[in-house]
Amino acid sequence: MRAFAALLDRLSFTASRNAKLRLIRDHLADAPDPDRGWALAALTGGLSFNAAKPAMIRQAVEGRVDPELFRLSYDYVGDLAETVALIWPAQHGANREPELSEVIDALNGARRGEVQGLLETWLDALDADGRWALLKLVTGGLRVGVSARLAWQAAADYGRVQVADIQEVWHAQAPPYADLLAWLDGKADRPSAQAPGRFRPVMLAQPIDEAADLPRLDPAAYAAEWKWDGIRVQAVSEGGVKRLYSRTGEDVSAAFPDVVAALDYDGVIDGELMVLRDGRAAPFGDLQQRLNRKTADARLMASHPAGVRAYDLLAADGEDLRALPFVQRRARLEALVAAVGSDRIDLSPLVAFSTWDDLAAARAAPPPGDARSAEGLMLKRRDSVYEAGRPKGPWFKWKRDPHLIDAVLMYAQRGHGKRSSFYSDYTFGVWTQDADGVHALTPVGKAYFGFTDEELKQLDKFVRDHTVERFGPVRAVRADRTFGLVLEVAFEGLQRSKRHKSGVAMRFPRINRIRWDKPAKEADELPTLERMLD
Amino acid sequence: MPSPSARRFEQVLRPTPAGLWCEPGDFYIDPPGPVARAVITHGHADHARSGHGAVLATPETLAIMGERYGADFATTTQALAYGERLTVGGVQVSLAPAGHVLGSAQATVRCDGITITASGDYKRRRDPTCAGFQPVPSDVFITEATFGLPVFRHPPDTQEIGRLLRSVQQFPERAHLVGAYALGKAQRVIRLLREAGYDETIYVHGALERLNRLYQHFGVDLGPLAPTTGSKADFAGRIIIAPPSAVADRWSRRFPDPVTAFASGWMSVRARVRQRGVELPLILSDHADWDELTATLSELSPQEVWITHGRDDALRRWAELQGLKARALHLVGYDDEDDD
Repeated sequence: MRAFAALLDRLSFTASRNAKLRLIRDHLADAPDPDRGWALAALTGGLSFNAAKPAMIRQAVEGRVDPELFRLSYDYVGDLAETVALIWPAQHGANREPELSEVIDALNGARRGEVQGLLETWLDALDADGRWALLKLVTGGLRVGVSARLAWQAAADYGRVQVADIQEVWHAQAPPYADLLAWLDGKADRPSAQAPGRFRPVMLAQPIDEAADLPRLDPAAYAAEWKWDGIRVQAVSEGGVKRLYSRTGEDVSAAFPDVVAALDYDGVIDGELMVLRDGRAAPFGDLQQRLNRKTADARLMASHPAGVRAYDLLAADGEDLRALPFVQRRARLEALVAAVGSDRIDLSPLVAFSTWDDLAAARAAPPPGDARSAEGLMLKRRDSVYEAGRPKGPWFKWKRDPHLIDAVLMYAQRGHGKRSSFYSDYTFGVWTQDADGVHALTPVGKAYFGFTDEELKQLDKFVRDHTVERFGPVRAVRADRTFGLVLEVAFEGLQRSKRHKSGVAMRFPRINRIRWDKPAKEADELPTLERMLD
Repeated sequence: MPSPSARRFEQVLRPTPAGLWCEPGDFYIDPPGPVARAVITHGHADHARSGHGAVLATPETLAIMGERYGADFATTTQALAYGERLTVGGVQVSLAPAGHVLGSAQATVRCDGITITASGDYKRRRDPTCAGFQPVPSDVFITEATFGLPVFRHPPDTQEIGRLLRSVQQFPERAHLVGAYALGKAQRVIRLLREAGYDETIYVHGALERLNRLYQHFGVDLGPLAPTTGSKADFAGRIIIAPPSAVADRWSRRFPDPVTAFASGWMSVRARVRQRGVELPLILSDHADWDELTATLSELSPQEVWITHGRDDALRRWAELQGLKARALHLVGYDDEDDD
C-alpha cells in the first residue's frame, strides 16, 4: 500500500504527461505482483468499490477524535477524506500495514456491515499518505489526473510495446492482470485477445495540410464523409456481449443503456455517438447532457435519445474485417446497418465529389438536414486497411475553420511544472454594454495553449508589467477601454452555459494570435459572440 | 477577569501592544517594533528586528542578526550562552535551546519565586543544525501554535529527504529546485541530504550564501556547495536550494524542466501545495507539530499555558480537555512559517 500511496500522492501534484508516464512505468517495474496489477486496475478506472460513504468515514473518525478538534480541522483543510487521513490518530505497531491486494481482496469479500471495521483497522495501520490513498480507493474515484489511456501508455512504455497492442488484449484480461504483466516483463507470450466483446484499438486521421497535401493526392483514390461532432465510439456486439467503448477503450456502456440495447447484430461498428432524433443528428451540446454520468437518467434518455452514426465495420459474424480495404468494409457495413433497421444505428453517408474544389465547397456547407452537427470532413483512402494508431496518408480530417474572436486578457494564472515560473493560463473577456452605454469586460473563456515559447515569454512579461491585483497564483491585469492586450482566440463551438457569467462556454479555445497592434476597445462585444452559438 | 495567580504572573511578564513586556526587568521579548531593551529568542525576521537599544540573545542569534542587518542593528548587544543566568533589574534571565534554528532559545524569567518561559518558536525532533529543545520547568509556559491543529503531524525527516532523492534518481534529466526558508530550513535540508549520504555538490541561490557560511562557521558541515552559475544542461540531475520566493520566479528558468519542491510544514495540506504550484511537497518544518506541542505541554504541565500566535483555538480546546489552563495572547506581528 505504501508504494501505491506514494504513487498516487506524486501523480496528484504532477502536471506533465511525460512525468506521469515515468512515475507509473517505474511503479510497474518496481512494485510486486499482484499489487502493481491492482494499481493498474485502479488507475484505469477498473476498480470501483463505493464501499464507504462519507457518513461512514465521518462516524469512524468521530469515534477517535474530539468533535470540536475535528470541526476546526475540517474547516481548515476543507476536504473530508484529506482531513480524516491527516487527523486519524496513529496507532504505531497496532497492526501491520496492509498491502493493496489485501485491501482489495478483503473489500471484495466483505459483507455490508463489515466494511467500517475493516476500514478502521487499516486506517490505524497506515500513515497519512496511505490513509488518503485508502479513502480515495474506497470512496470511488482516485482523481489524480490519469486517464486509462495514459496508464496503458505507461504500461506500453514499461513493456516496450505499442499501446494498441495493450488495448487489443486489455478487455480480454482481468485485474490484477498477471498474464498481461508477465508479457510486459518479457517472461511470457502476449496473452490472448480472443474474448467476445473486446475493444479493438482505433484508427485515427491526420489533419490535412491543404497547401501541401491536397495537390499531391488523387481525389479518385479517396472517399469523403462528414466529420460528425459527437464522440467516437466502438459499438461491439459479439456472442451476446454488448459494449460501447470510447475511442481510448474505456467502457462507457453504463451511461448509454438505450444504445447498448439497440446493438442487435454480431459485429464491431466504428461510429459516432450522437443524439439522434428522427434520423437527424443533434449538435454536440445535446450529447453533452448525457456525458460524464455513471448511470443513465430515464427522463434524459427520452428527451436526448442517443444512437450511433456508423462509418466502419471492424468485424462481423466472427470474421475480422480490418485487413480488407475500406470500400469492402463499407459495403459490409451498409448491408449490416440496413439489416439491423434500427433508428439507433444509422449510416454516415458518403459525400460525393470529383475534384478537391467540389469537396472544398461541401466542407463550407453544413450537411443537409444536420446543420451544425458536423465539424468538417473525413477523407479515407478507398484501399485503406484498418490500422490502429494515426498512420500518415490513409485517413485525413479536414476540419472547418474555427471561429475567431478578439478578446481582452483579464487574468493570468501561474502554470505548473515546466511553466511554473510563467503566467501561462489566460482568462479573456469581451465587452458588454449596460443601458447607459457603459462598457465592461465579461470573461468568456480560458486558454493555455496556442502560443509559441517565445510568445509565452512575451505574455508573461506583459502580465508581470501590468498586474493590477493579485489573488494567490492569479493576477488581474490592466484591461479597460484605453488599455489592454487583445488576444485573437480560436474555438470550435459555443454553447449556452448557466455556469458562466457571460452565459456562453467555448469548446477548445486557444490563443490563435496575439494582437499587440489592436486597441482594447476594438475587441469584440458579447452579442457578436452570441451569434456564433451552436 | 484574570485570576489572582494570573495577576501575579502578569506582574512578571505580560502581553502589551509593544510585545511581551517584563515590567520588573523593563525589557521586551521578541518585540515587533524597536524598544529600549529586548531579549531575542531567534534570528527570524519576525522575532528579531533591527533598531533596538540593547539586545540580549545567544551568540549565534547575535551573529545572525549582524549578518542580516549589519553590525549596527542595535546600540548595544550582550551575548548569553545557553544555561547562563543573568540578573536584569531584579529579574533572572536565562536561555535554553529551543531546537528551532541555529541559536534559537527559550527565554526564562524568574522573579519573586515565579518562573515563566517564553519558548519563541520551537520543535522537539532532532535537528542536525542546532541544539535540541530542553524543557524548563515553569509556572507559565508560553508556546507558539503555528501548527496547532491535529491535522499537522510532520512525518519523519528521513522519509521526506528520501522522497527528494528518489525523485532525483527517477528524473535524472531534470533539475530539482527546493524552496527552503533562508535561515534554518535551507541549512537543515542540506545537512539532512548529507546525512542521507548525498555527497554531490548542492547548488544554492545567492541569497543563502551568507547564512550558509555563518552556519559553517558555527560548525555545521554543509559539504560541497556552489552558486547557480553555468549552462542549463549543467543542472540536470542536480539539487538546487533557493528561498521560496525565487522558486516560482523568473530566476528559476535557468534550470532544465525543474521539479519544484518546497520544504515546509504546510506541505501536508494539499490545497497549499496546489496553490503554490509545487510538484514535490516536502513536509519539513522547524515548528512543533500537533504531537510535539501537546507532548510538550503534557511534559511541562505548567500552571498556565499562554499561546502567542498560530492556531490557538484548537490548542486551547485540547488543553481544556486535559484540564490545563490556557489563554491566547493574540500577539501580532509573528508570521506563519515560510510565508514570504
